[in-house]
Amino acid sequence: MSKSPSLKVYVIAYLLFLYAPIALLPLFAFNDSRVIAFPLAGFTTNWFAEMWADANLFTAFRNSLIIAVSSSLLATTLGIFAARASTRYKFPAKGAVLGLILLPMVLPEMIIAMALLVVLIGMGVPLSIFTVILGHVLICTPFAVAILTSAFQSLDRSLEEAAYDLGETSASTFRLIILPLVMPGIISSLLICFTISLDEFIIANFLGSGDPILSVYIYGQFRFPAKVPAVMALGFILVCVSICLLTIAEYFRRRGIAKTGGKDTGGFL
Amino acid sequence: MEPGSTTGRFRNTEAANGLLMVSPTAIYAMLLLAAPLLASVIYSFMVDSKVGFSAGFTFDNYIKVWTGRIDQALMIRSLTVSALVTLATVVLAYPVAYFVSFHVRPERKSLWLFLITIPFWTSYLIRVFLWKVILGYNGVINSGLMSLGVIDEPLTVINYSLGSMVMTLAHAYAAFAILPIFVSLEKIDRSFLEAGQDLGESKLMTFIRVTLPLSMPGVIAAVLIVFIPTIGDYVTPELIGGGKLPMIANRIEAIMLKQNDKALGSAIAMTAMLIVALVSVMFLLLNRRFLKGQSK
Repeated sequence: MSKSPSLKVYVIAYLLFLYAPIALLPLFAFNDSRVIAFPLAGFTTNWFAEMWADANLFTAFRNSLIIAVSSSLLATTLGIFAARASTRYKFPAKGAVLGLILLPMVLPEMIIAMALLVVLIGMGVPLSIFTVILGHVLICTPFAVAILTSAFQSLDRSLEEAAYDLGETSASTFRLIILPLVMPGIISSLLICFTISLDEFIIANFLGSGDPILSVYIYGQFRFPAKVPAVMALGFILVCVSICLLTIAEYFRRRGIAKTGGKDTGGFL
Repeated sequence: MEPGSTTGRFRNTEAANGLLMVSPTAIYAMLLLAAPLLASVIYSFMVDSKVGFSAGFTFDNYIKVWTGRIDQALMIRSLTVSALVTLATVVLAYPVAYFVSFHVRPERKSLWLFLITIPFWTSYLIRVFLWKVILGYNGVINSGLMSLGVIDEPLTVINYSLGSMVMTLAHAYAAFAILPIFVSLEKIDRSFLEAGQDLGESKLMTFIRVTLPLSMPGVIAAVLIVFIPTIGDYVTPELIGGGKLPMIANRIEAIMLKQNDKALGSAIAMTAMLIVALVSVMFLLLNRRFLKGQSK
C-alpha cells in the first residue's frame, strides 16, 4: 500500500478529536476539586464514594436494567422474525413492511416519542417503566434487524435442506441448525440493544412517569454544578462497562463470521 | 412463530410463510409506530381545546406553524445546524474512511472500525455534557489556556454558540458518517484505479474522476444518516446552547407539554417530518442519478 504521511497524521488527529472528550472523564473523575477546570488539583476517589452514596442512583440503575434487559430481549426476538423473513422468504409488500420496521432508525426520536405519548395519553395508558420499554423496543428493533439480517444472510441454505431431508420439521430445523449458527448474531444484537436502551434519553424522559431512569437521572444531575464530579465518576464507570460489552459483542460477531466461513468485512452497522 | 408441519395448507406457499414470519415485528411496528404517526397526522388537523380534540378539519395549526415567526426561525436554525453538522461530519469523515479502506491492511480493518465506533457507543448524554465542560466559560479550554498564560480572559466565542453546537453534534455523529462511506469505498474495484493511472491520470485526477464518484452512494447515505437525527436533536440545544438556542425538538416539547397544545405540537412535528422527508427524497434522487451515471 502506498504511503501518504499527511493522510495518516490527519487520521490520528481525527481519532484524538473522537477520543478527547472521553479522555477527560478519568481526569476529572479522580481530580480533587469540585470545579471542572485546569490546573488539576490532586488525586481523590471521593467522587466515586459520593456517587455510591446516592440512593437515587441505585433505583435509577435498577429501573434502567429492567428496561434495557426487557427491551433487548423483545427487540432481538422481533428482530429474529423480521431478519429471518427478509433473508429466507419472498412475500408481498416486503419492501414496505421492512421499511416500516426500519423507519425508527431514520426518524427523529422526538417525533416518535411525542406521537407515542399523545396516543398513550389518549388511550389512558398510565406512563411507567412499561411504556418506556414499549418505546425502546421500537427504536432497538431496527438495529437488531440490521445485525441479524447479516447473520441470517451468511447461512448456507443447503444445511437447512439437509436437515429437512433427514426428516426434521421446520421447527426442529430452526432450533437445531439455524439458531446455533446465528447465535453469535443474537448475542451481539442483545448487547447492542442493551447499550442503546441504557443510553437512550428522549423516550426515557418523556414516556417515563418520572421514575428515576439512569439517563434521566444523569441529565437531572447536570443542573447542579456541585454534582458534576460525581457524574464524571459515574460516566467513567459507564464508559468502562460499555467498552467491555462492546468488546464481547465484537468477539461474538467475529466468531459468528468465522463459524459460517465468511470473511470479516467490518463493524456493526 | 415458525409454522409447524401440521399447518399443511400454508406450508408450501412462500408468501404466506414469509408474511407469517414477519408478522410479529410488522404488527408491533404498525401498532406502535404507524398508528401513532397516523394519529399525529389526524391531530394536526384538529383543534386542541385542552379537554379533548374538537371534531372538524382545519388547516389553522399548519398556518400558525408556517407563518409564525418563532416556528420559522427555529425551523431555519434547525436546518442550518443540521446542514452545517452534516457538511462538517461528512467532509471530515471522508479522509478517515478513505484511509481505513485504502491504506490499512485488510486484517487490521475491523480493528480500526472498532476503534472508531467505541466513542460513539459511550453515553451520548455524557459526551454532549463533556463538550459543555470543554467549551464552557470556565471550561477546560478556557481554564487550560489561562493557566498556560495564552489568554488573560476566558474566550466567550466558544460557549453557548451555534458553532459549539455544530462541533458537539459533528463529534456525536462521526461514526455514522465514516461507516457508510467506508462500505462504499470497499466496494470499489481496485483495478479501476490502476486502469486510471495506467491511462496516464495523476493520483489526484484518478481520485476525483474515479474514486469520488464511485463512493457517492456512501456519501449520500452518510449525509442522510447524519442529517435526519441532528435536525431533531433535543439534548445539545438544551445543554450546549444553554436553552438559549432552541431547535425544533425543543419547540415541539414546549408546545406539546408546557403549553399542552397537542394539535399544534403535532402540526410542528409533522412539518419537521415533511421537511426531513423532502430533503431525504432529494438526496435519494441524487443518488439514483449517480447510480445511473455509473451504469452507462
